[in-house]
Amino acid sequence: MYVHVPFCSVRCGYCDFNTYTADELGEGATRASYADTAISEIELAAGTLDDAPPVETVFFGGGTPTQLPSDDLVRMLGAIRGNFGLVEDVEVTTEANPDSVTPESLATLRDGGFTRISFGVQSAVPHVLATLDRTHNPANVPQAVRWAREAGFEQLSVDLIYGTPGESMADWRASVEQAIELEPDHISAYALIVEQGTAFARKVKRGEVVMPDDDETADKYLLADELFSAAGLQWYELSNWARDEAAQCRHNVLYWESANWWGVGPGAHSHIDGERWWNVKHPAAYAQRLTAGESPRHDGETIDTATAHVERIMLETRLRSGLALDALSVGARSSVSDLASRGLVDLAGDRLVLTRSGRLLADAVVRELVD
Amino acid sequence: MARAPLRGWDNGATMSTRPDAAPQPGSTDPQILRNFCIIAHIDHGKSTLADRMLQHTGVVDGRDMKAQYLDRMDIERERGITIKSQAVRMPFTKSSGDDAGKVYILNMIDTPGHVDFTYEVSRSLEACEGAILLVDAAQGIEAQTLANLYLAIDADLDIIPVLNKIDLPGAQPEKYAAEIAGIIGGNPDDVLRVSAKTGQGVEELLNLIVDEIPPPKGDPDAPPRALIFDSVYDTYRGVVTYVRVFDGKLSHRDKIKMMSTGAVHEMLEVGVISPEPVKASDLGVGEVGYLITGVKEVRQSRVGDTVTSNIRGATEPLGGYKSPVPMVFAGLYPLDGDDYPTLRDALEKLQLNDAALVYEPESSGALGFGFRIGFLGLLHLEIVRERLEREFNLELISTAPNVVYRVEMEDGKDITVTNPSEYPEGKIDKVYEPVVRATVLSPTDYIGTIMELCQSRRGQLIGMDYLSEDRVEIKYTLPMGEIMFDFFDALKSRTKGYASLDYEPTGEQASDLVKVDVLLQGEVVDAFSAIVHRDNSYAYGVSLASKLKELIPRQQFEVPIQAAIGARVIARENIRAIRKDVLAKCYGGDISRKRKLLEKQKEGKKRMKMVGRVEVPQEAFIAALSTGDADK
Repeated sequence: MYVHVPFCSVRCGYCDFNTYTADELGEGATRASYADTAISEIELAAGTLDDAPPVETVFFGGGTPTQLPSDDLVRMLGAIRGNFGLVEDVEVTTEANPDSVTPESLATLRDGGFTRISFGVQSAVPHVLATLDRTHNPANVPQAVRWAREAGFEQLSVDLIYGTPGESMADWRASVEQAIELEPDHISAYALIVEQGTAFARKVKRGEVVMPDDDETADKYLLADELFSAAGLQWYELSNWARDEAAQCRHNVLYWESANWWGVGPGAHSHIDGERWWNVKHPAAYAQRLTAGESPRHDGETIDTATAHVERIMLETRLRSGLALDALSVGARSSVSDLASRGLVDLAGDRLVLTRSGRLLADAVVRELVD
Repeated sequence: MARAPLRGWDNGATMSTRPDAAPQPGSTDPQILRNFCIIAHIDHGKSTLADRMLQHTGVVDGRDMKAQYLDRMDIERERGITIKSQAVRMPFTKSSGDDAGKVYILNMIDTPGHVDFTYEVSRSLEACEGAILLVDAAQGIEAQTLANLYLAIDADLDIIPVLNKIDLPGAQPEKYAAEIAGIIGGNPDDVLRVSAKTGQGVEELLNLIVDEIPPPKGDPDAPPRALIFDSVYDTYRGVVTYVRVFDGKLSHRDKIKMMSTGAVHEMLEVGVISPEPVKASDLGVGEVGYLITGVKEVRQSRVGDTVTSNIRGATEPLGGYKSPVPMVFAGLYPLDGDDYPTLRDALEKLQLNDAALVYEPESSGALGFGFRIGFLGLLHLEIVRERLEREFNLELISTAPNVVYRVEMEDGKDITVTNPSEYPEGKIDKVYEPVVRATVLSPTDYIGTIMELCQSRRGQLIGMDYLSEDRVEIKYTLPMGEIMFDFFDALKSRTKGYASLDYEPTGEQASDLVKVDVLLQGEVVDAFSAIVHRDNSYAYGVSLASKLKELIPRQQFEVPIQAAIGARVIARENIRAIRKDVLAKCYGGDISRKRKLLEKQKEGKKRMKMVGRVEVPQEAFIAALSTGDADK
């Protein structure tokens, strides 16, 4: 289950997530009332899904979930537990801003059943953080990590972003090295994507910032992969590295394996048995629907066999566990040996796995594997 | 569908029931006939003037008026130009002079307005005794108009000079009247001033046509001779042939003979256009009308040919017949190889109403199966390509157009090269390229820049004449290959749009030409080969290689680009392998979006042509060749 928390203290220029900085977004959509609104969708989900199995993973994302009081996050998790049940070794993650946690709030979360925390660190370099509009003080990061460990979080992840305009190779190396020093169990590293409609995209369009060239971004990926590997963090999805299998984000792996999930919150996407849908985007509209006892669903699509096939190739090719060759059509199978001879994939038994350079060309590989 | 049928064709034409008892076709006294055309530049208002005359003579009432009535094809309408000529018969009652009140028959013959169709223009002029020289009072005479004017003077036509658009605030009738008088002689005050838009001066012009233009002469008792000045394919009726009768009479009962080929056809119908087809029993001396014989291809009824009767026909054709000679060739290939049969059928259909279109199948290592197509010129190429894409729903790749070269080998063999990739290897003695005489009209301010442009295109100055104090006519001999691609654009951009251009092929010249090949990953791509002058070959190769580097997207492997003359590489570039093609982030909410992006990327890939392993965008085949100095 995914729970979206659409609040942030500051809107980052590059971010295209559904998030808001205002305290008051209208009836039911205030920070104070958000947990109750979300809980009513959890109840709606329970009423919709008969005989749903206990939940294996819960992920609180945003926005910045830790903008809400920890008690609220715990209460929402409690509603999931009460309505669906949780498996014994459930993974419960929350994203967090290093500046929005305290030893107390972290202890509350841990005691309330959260098992995993993911800090949005992005960079160790002030001018890069400034370009990204990130407001946290990089000096607070080690402290937040220490508090989380002290609170008993065994699984701790940090998010990094590379390819920010103005970021040098040395800047990126510093960020990677500092992240490694935090001794996280897991690191996600994403190349910055200029999303249409963001303030950042407008700056790029006006020429105020210049995106780095793709070759440099590729070099940054390779550098990160090298340093992470040397530090004992292995890639398991092309933008995610983990200390061991237990440290992988099981929640995300379920996305990539096309499992069923329900997304709670405005704009959240769900996928249940070949049906995909998404909620109304604005928190006020979302709250109104639920207050009126209606579904917050905005639109959706049915994933037919052909689409499911494309999605499976698109998602599983990105995994270190790779893609089973028998998932491919006969036509696509014939291009596998060509991909291998070009050094883009390795064949491991009956699966294909991207090589390091193949990971950088994953979309091209997928295009060749999809009929 | 090739061409919209004239209204009326589908039901068969009817005999005229015009109430004013105008003289009927076939029995019109030549003395009351006036055959004329309008010589004008695009945009100078020819079609508007024609519309106004149709209205004024009552041939079309205002309600039926489609703007630019005479231009039928969509493309013509969109581009505001006339490709094919038409003839309209207009009864006109004289309103001034001694003969006021007398009914005359005016035949207005519309002419194409572009340099590619000079031959067709000359045939239309041949069908007339007079011409209206129509000039925009805000712009003055343009090069093509001047060229057509000279054709008209050569054909002994009486010229009525007219300034149009005198209602425009920017009109300078005094200045341009003086300019016209300077060119054709006479007094600037004799230049009639009209506004086709408001109708001002149009009646005066109609009266002037009767007064100034002589009636046609001919021998009514001689065997019939009629000049074909246009030939149009109609979906319902087959080929409709437009003729001007010089001698004798063409009757709807006749069997007719085409004098160039001796082919005999049954006559199914004769008539006049007014502006709908009106059946007649005959067409007599001096009359202009149409005939339908049931032939299905316009090449069986060719512009410039003489029509006579099969029995007791004429022995001497009217002069001036030429079969159209393609001047420009280009390869057209379907983007999707499966469309080859569709392209073949489409070309067959287009040829039904385009006698100048020639083609033959060819295959290219890079582009697969397609056709080498010969055109009268670049506009003709563009029109054909556009019609193929629009009317037959084809996606086409066009190679860069080239002219025809003649290569003399040392062993005495003579080889005609219509495709640069077929340029012979071995011992070449001489290479000949076609040349044109180009005429540029421009304000005097741009003389320097125009001369510089012409020199850079290997031009040789023939001479320069001042049309007025601030307008000049510059004549150059230029290799046709040098002006084919972007010369006109370069001329326009260097003269802020003021210069106009006309050219006519004048023969060939021996030149030091070489074939430049392009190699991608070491393999020659035949579709990029070009024939250029040796002195320009190095610069051409460098510029082409760098252009291709920009146009061809990065691939998963390095793509070396080389330009070479024979085995000698003259330029090289390298497209570095793409290293990153991945979106980093892919979580629950991203999946649909990412899948849609994937589908879009795959669509984009379909618009690429695989050349060996290299994906080349379709624009590269033509855009790469615009390496001239147009933008510098």
